[in-house]
Amino acid sequence: MTAVADPVGDRDLGPLQPPGDTTGLFGVARRRYLLKLLVQKELKVRYQASLLGLAWSYLKPLVRFSMYFFVLGLVLDLRGEIPMFALHIFAAMIMVQFFTDTLNAGTKSVIKNKSLVRKMNVPREMFPVASLLVTTYHTGPQYLILIIACLFLGWSPDPDAFAAAVLGIAIMLTISLAVALAFSALNVSFRDFGNFVETIGMLVLWSAPMLYPWEFVAELLGPVGEQIYLANPVAMAVLLNQRAFWVPTVDPDDVTYMPDHLLVHGVVMLVVCVGLVAVAQWIFSRHERAFAEKL
Amino acid sequence: MTESVVVDHVSKQFTLQNARTLKQRLVRRVEGQETNPKFVALDDVSFTVEQGEAIGLMGLNGSGKSTLLKLISGVLRPDSGSVLTRGRIAGLIEVTAGFHPQLSGRENIFLNAAILGMGETEVQGKFDEIVEFAGIGRLLDTPVGRYSSGMFARLGFSVAAAVDSDIFIIDEVLAVGDPPFKKKCIKRIKQVRDEGRTIVFVSHNTTQVKRLCTRAVVLEEGRLGFDGSVADAVHHLRYDDDTDEDGDGGEI
Ligand SMILES: Nc1ncnc2c1ncn2[C@@H]1O[C@H](COP(=O)(O)OP(=O)(O)OP(=O)(O)O)[C@@H](O)[C@H]1O
Ligand SMILES: [Mg+2]
Repeated sequence: MTAVADPVGDRDLGPLQPPGDTTGLFGVARRRYLLKLLVQKELKVRYQASLLGLAWSYLKPLVRFSMYFFVLGLVLDLRGEIPMFALHIFAAMIMVQFFTDTLNAGTKSVIKNKSLVRKMNVPREMFPVASLLVTTYHTGPQYLILIIACLFLGWSPDPDAFAAAVLGIAIMLTISLAVALAFSALNVSFRDFGNFVETIGMLVLWSAPMLYPWEFVAELLGPVGEQIYLANPVAMAVLLNQRAFWVPTVDPDDVTYMPDHLLVHGVVMLVVCVGLVAVAQWIFSRHERAFAEKL
Repeated sequence: MTESVVVDHVSKQFTLQNARTLKQRLVRRVEGQETNPKFVALDDVSFTVEQGEAIGLMGLNGSGKSTLLKLISGVLRPDSGSVLTRGRIAGLIEVTAGFHPQLSGRENIFLNAAILGMGETEVQGKFDEIVEFAGIGRLLDTPVGRYSSGMFARLGFSVAAAVDSDIFIIDEVLAVGDPPFKKKCIKRIKQVRDEGRTIVFVSHNTTQVKRLCTRAVVLEEGRLGFDGSVADAVHHLRYDDDTDEDGDGGEI
């Protein structure tokens, strides 16, 4: 649907078509202006009338990080096991947090916008995509902090580190998109879907080598278990991010354990995640037909 | 003449209780119960609207008018049959539709216009016109949650009317506006009609329909009860038994 400014005259109105936009994610990409407004709306509404406003999105990760660091690093003394322990956590936390934030906000996105969905003539994929962008907006500065911290601590990245960084981000964006899409639709059909999502959020926290080193996993699970563990996209993104920022910052004399052929695993995972986006789009489209009457 | 809206053997059912928990669904499936009681909101409705025609959609409460408008606008999809339209559609389906209570009038204008398909420059160009028409200048930066329902309707109508749509659909907006605003709206709708754009107008107000439309479609419990001239439609509905029965017919 293109905007035509002149009133209807003899101009060609095109063929008769079913109304409504069913072009899915492609349609979202075409209507970037609306997407931008939805993201702005989301940011505004989330922080309106709140005490600290946007500062919450930096305060919360800071508190979480401090808690992990003190409890696990100092109380349980993991600092002795893992060199550059703080960086190990932080590189992982950004990824895990990105995933859980998108998971939570994305799942609720369609329901939260029900007044729009009831009259919308635009792809409803807008809403989960907007949640993803809001999370991205919050995560950007955290990445900056990570990079600055690494530079201070003596980051000496090799080419593989850059490749790992890009792969990690790409995997995280695609898996989050897939999950936000599928879950936002399922959340409309099943009222108790929220509980399921909460549980996933908790599992994810422990399913990636953030609060324990990869070394433990390899020892504990053996070669087969290791592969199963690596089939988790979040764990893969976390490992890649650690490969990009943590490994090149640690003193070369200290040993840093990473899975073998990490980059190859990463590429395969990215392909899988792109496939998952397609599956999620399919799920969304199936449920989307009934959104307006169910909300 | 070209067809603008083609409604072809359209039926729409609603399940009466929609959202269920996973457990409820599973239990029902295992026990083999009939999954959900259904309600037929539209039953095999067919009609065609030509480009530039203004039709009134009439019928008692719950007869399916809003449902039909939602099908035409693409918000709902038919269970069977098909709805086809030509060109850009804009309008007001629900009075409060699409406004976010926490955002200001200004922000809502931009958001709503974008939803209706306007681009950034287009909205900026029409912004003053929209505000002027709605007459909400003073409240422009107030969250719309604090607006009165009439204010809501004004804003909604103004944005929808500013879209260069080929099909303009209106559901009951005029019911909440005050007489001066109604007058303004009617003038605007006439203008839209005279520009050769298609209009689908839902109203219980026979006078309004008579003024604006050349044809009326009457729905009766989801079925097409009548399709023809407005005067005959009014007669068919027995709305003319007492000319001012709806208490509103005498106004504007
Ligand atoms: N989402 C829904 N779920 C279940 N039933 C619905 C839904 N939407 C509408 N209905 C039912 O469909 C019927 C037709 O509703 P509709 O809103 O189309 O009526 P209407 O002709 O617009 O009435 P009114 O004059 O009151 O606006 C009503 O009985 C209504 O309860
Ligand atoms: Mg109605």
